[in-house]
This record gives sequence, C-alpha cells and structure tokens, in this order.
Amino acid sequence: MQSAVVLFPGINREHDMIRALELASGRKPHVAWHTDTELPKGVDLVVIPGGFSYGDYLRAGAIAARSPIMRAVIAAAEKGVKVLGVCNGFQILTEARLLPGALMRNAGLKFVCRTVKLSVENDSTFFTNRLKKGDILPCPVAHHDGNYYADEETLKRLEGEGRVVFRYAEGTNPNGSINDIAGVMNARGNVIGMMPHPEDRVEALHGGEECLPLFLSIVEEVAA
Amino acid sequence: MKAMVKIMLRPAVLDPQGKAIAHALAALGFSGVGEVRQGKLITLELDETDAEKARETMKEMCEKLLANTVIEDYEIEIEA
Repeated sequence: MQSAVVLFPGINREHDMIRALELASGRKPHVAWHTDTELPKGVDLVVIPGGFSYGDYLRAGAIAARSPIMRAVIAAAEKGVKVLGVCNGFQILTEARLLPGALMRNAGLKFVCRTVKLSVENDSTFFTNRLKKGDILPCPVAHHDGNYYADEETLKRLEGEGRVVFRYAEGTNPNGSINDIAGVMNARGNVIGMMPHPEDRVEALHGGEECLPLFLSIVEEVAA
Repeated sequence: MKAMVKIMLRPAVLDPQGKAIAHALAALGFSGVGEVRQGKLITLELDETDAEKARETMKEMCEKLLANTVIEDYEIEIEA
C-alpha cells in the first residue's frame, strides 16, 4: 500500500500518523505539502492528520480546505482513491464538503484530551474490515471542536445507509456529538473522517495496540 | 467601499457559547436575559465601486469561504 500524508501549516500529528501507516504497511508514506497542486503518483490512500491548520482561524479546517492540494485530494476522491481524515483532518474534509455535516465547538466548551471508547458501527469499510460491528476500542481524543452536527435529513441518510462508521460508546461522548457520532463516511465509501486518534493506539508504548487493526484493514483492502 | 458580513449559527443549531454567555450574565446579576447567541463580524475593504457588484462578490465569498452554510447563515452589508 502506498499512502500520502497531507501537511498544512499548523498540522502537528503527522509524525504519529506516518509511524502508524509505516507500522501497518511496511512502507513510508509520501508527504504532500499544502501548496502542491498534485498528489504523488499512484497513491492508494491519502491521509489528512490532526493538528491546528492555520491556527483554526475562521473555522477549524476552513482555510486548509481551500488550499491548492485539496483540489487534488478532491479530484483523487472522485476517482475512488481512499481518503482518511483524523481530527483536524476530519474538520478539513467536512469543510471541503467531501463529508457531510460540520464539527462545532465541544458542547462543554473545553478542550478535551482523554481516552474514549470507540464502537465500530460498520465493519465493511476500508478502515474497519478487520474488526466486527460492536467491537469497542480504547482510543484517544484531543480536540476543541469535535461536536459533530448534521441536519435531520442528512442524519437520517447517514444512519439509514450505515455511514456512521464509529460512535462514542458507553457514555464516553466527550463533545456532545449528535447520536454519539465519532466518524462518518461518504456515500461511495472511500472517504472516512473521525475525531479520535487511532494512530495513537497502535503500539505498546501507547498503552495498547487496539487500533492497529484499523490500519491493517486499509492494507488488506488495497491488496485485495 | 467598505463591506461587512454578519455570520450567525443557524437558528436550529445549538450555540453552547451563547448559552455560557447567558449563564455568565445571570451570575453577574443581569436578569431578564433570554436566549444569547454568538456570531462573527467580518469587515472588508473592497476596490469595487458598484454596490450591486460588490454584493454579488461578497455573496460568492460567503458561499466559498466566509460562512459554513451547513451550520451558519450570513448577512451582507455594504456601506454607501
């Protein structure tokens, strides 16, 4: 599997993401810079990591979503290339309209940094095919704007089409997200965004490697 | 000319920051305050001299960047 990690000024979780991708696939990801107008050739997966692109000015992810590299990411997604956005990456994907809904200020108004319980809601996506529906994974969150919102009609469609990929389980919703939604995918199933950081729960040093199967899922999906 | 965009969360969207402000006002002893909602005000200086054209451009700016129309409404004001 060949992946590319997209960097914007203010992104700060790329090292963890690159390490997790390398650990799962055995290949170092390419790195694409926000001013690039093309992605590296032949990538199977594009990942937008977490951080605070452009200092969260205007709205979290708003400026990054309109930068040159995002036009290439949108074009790649339209061709079926897999795209994963984590935390600020999820915010950027919703701002770029690659995913529905929006991430608003946490309901408790505070930055939350803790481990939540993540429930796998759809086990047939490129990021979850090595898991089973209902599996509960410990996973860290660290964000100020993770309160997922979608209007009633969008929410109905997401729920009806199995496009809620992850939910906060067992009362661990840290931010007031509607229906406890922690991650969603697009209609085609090749774009997934989530607020928690699975790349920070993939090796013993993290306290556990429960989220490694998520990354192994992509490798398996690409090889299939 | 000068222009201004007022951006507010849509009425259907909960505004936790507005709620926190309302609580703080109550704690300061201000009674009779109903719902409080917080928004953004963006001011711009434009080279354009035609107000109608400026409004059209501003609308495009709002749709493309200044507002997230999934959760926000915007109002444009052009200063004569």
